Amino acid sequence: MKILVCISKTPDTTAKIAFKNGNTQFEENGVQWIINPYDEWYALIRAIELKEKDASTVLHLINVGGAESDPIIRKALALGGDEAIRVNTTNLSDSFYVASQIAEAAKSGAYDLIFTGKETIDYNGSSIGGMVAELLDLPYVSLATKFELNGTTATITREIEGGEEVNEVPLPVVVSCQKGVAEARIPNMRGIMSARTKPLKVVEPVAADTLTSIKSFELPPPKAGVKIISTDNMAELVRLLHEEAKVI
Amino acid sequence: MSVLILADQTEGHFKKTALEALSYGAKLAEQLNTTAEALVLGTVNEDLASLGKYGVKKVHHAANEALNIVDAQVYTKVIAEAVNATGANVVVLSHNNTGRAIAARLSVRLKAALAPAAVSLPDTSDGFVVKKVVFSGKASANVSLNTDIKIISLNQNAFKIAAGEGTAEVVSLNISVEPGKIKVTATDKVTGEIPLTEATRVVSGGRGLKGPENWGILEDLAKALDAATACSRPVADSNWRPHHEHVGQTGIAIAPNLYVAVGISGAIQHLAGVNRSKVIVVINKDAEAPFFKAADYGVVGDIFEVLPKLTEEVKKLKGIV
Repeated sequence: MKILVCISKTPDTTAKIAFKNGNTQFEENGVQWIINPYDEWYALIRAIELKEKDASTVLHLINVGGAESDPIIRKALALGGDEAIRVNTTNLSDSFYVASQIAEAAKSGAYDLIFTGKETIDYNGSSIGGMVAELLDLPYVSLATKFELNGTTATITREIEGGEEVNEVPLPVVVSCQKGVAEARIPNMRGIMSARTKPLKVVEPVAADTLTSIKSFELPPPKAGVKIISTDNMAELVRLLHEEAKVI
Repeated sequence: MSVLILADQTEGHFKKTALEALSYGAKLAEQLNTTAEALVLGTVNEDLASLGKYGVKKVHHAANEALNIVDAQVYTKVIAEAVNATGANVVVLSHNNTGRAIAARLSVRLKAALAPAAVSLPDTSDGFVVKKVVFSGKASANVSLNTDIKIISLNQNAFKIAAGEGTAEVVSLNISVEPGKIKVTATDKVTGEIPLTEATRVVSGGRGLKGPENWGILEDLAKALDAATACSRPVADSNWRPHHEHVGQTGIAIAPNLYVAVGISGAIQHLAGVNRSKVIVVINKDAEAPFFKAADYGVVGDIFEVLPKLTEEVKKLKGIV
């Protein structure tokens, strides 16, 4: 069994979001970087659990990014995984370009399973898994909440419109993971020590098209200010919601 | 040239998200001076010609039963063929669970630029620029789609359904469907509840409710408001409420017309999931709770006293009492 987990570097969930250069670039100054939570808590941990069950499993991690991704890759390796690949590029805003890099690496690795998080908390595209699957012509199960392996078949519970369904799919398959698939863990000392010596291969990107470009960013307009209503005047709150805000 | 809209169906019926996508696509077609056409896959129990009232001129229907199961790989091939057959240059889908899986694959198959989680009609004054959500709702980005064919995956509750008069011509689309590799062995639909992402009103509870046994007063308010219920992350993590109710940066992001936050302090991660709500009401005993800064209306007080009173007043307005 060979598993590839895609991990992205994102700003910490509490990071202040600001932009620079005429709102064309994210202000990275003072930002703490983390492994995208969906990639770490669900995709990576489930893959580690599968390796714990079957020690012959080979677990690789892949990140598309510059050298500044290395600390989060080491952290991921401290949680588990045998080695990591970093595709060395800072061209990260177009999902097609990023997915093309992952697909290229995946082709030569002959993976049975490719895991991603359901989306990244920065670009929120939820596109990489589907794009990689299409590039490799593999089935894609999105928004998995449970993942079990029975030989060469995966049994996956996934979120659909208004509920869940159970899918059975032969490997290889691409799966995007979310809450339910695994429980987050923290790395232990042994993991942290061993991560230092695990291979982190840096490869150069392949030529791929960029289909989109970000023109500018915008922050939401500030709220006009809160209207405080006294606790003994709920009739007034209801009137405001009905007549002023027109939402009830 | 046309705008092709995937009107996705669940068990033969169109959901709100499909109608939002149709309304958006029709408006976009108007803007581009072209026609809007709908694509319907699988067996439906609704009158397809009536989709004309959302502004589509034609409805292409591939009634193949194999399409009643949403396998992104199978769907993508069929939609790509439909795009080629109709000559569409813009494809619109809903950014729901179904749409987000398909849009990504379709983008690769058609080599078409994709704007996922789009929240506005494109600006076509200089290219084709669509506003989308980034940083989990803390900001938006204006993304230029730089290919001939463009795909827009429209965020839920981002565009108002516009129904008028009109009948669409229904055309059956004969596309061969190769069976996919995914077998569906069980389905579990949440019935009776309003799905959170589709709800126009949401009442949400935090640790301030002190325990799962106190949720009754929140559910009463939700019922009176015809709202869905949600919760903060600590509440879901303590198993007071099911995980699918968790809204926030690492839960689900919602954009209802009304979000009532009860006993939630408003940590930045929570705000990220709800700050696209049109109107936010915060009820909290702590006047310093950060949520008040993001709120439109606030009540500083004991939620156990305030909530029943608010529920009574809502009922009065609606003539329930």
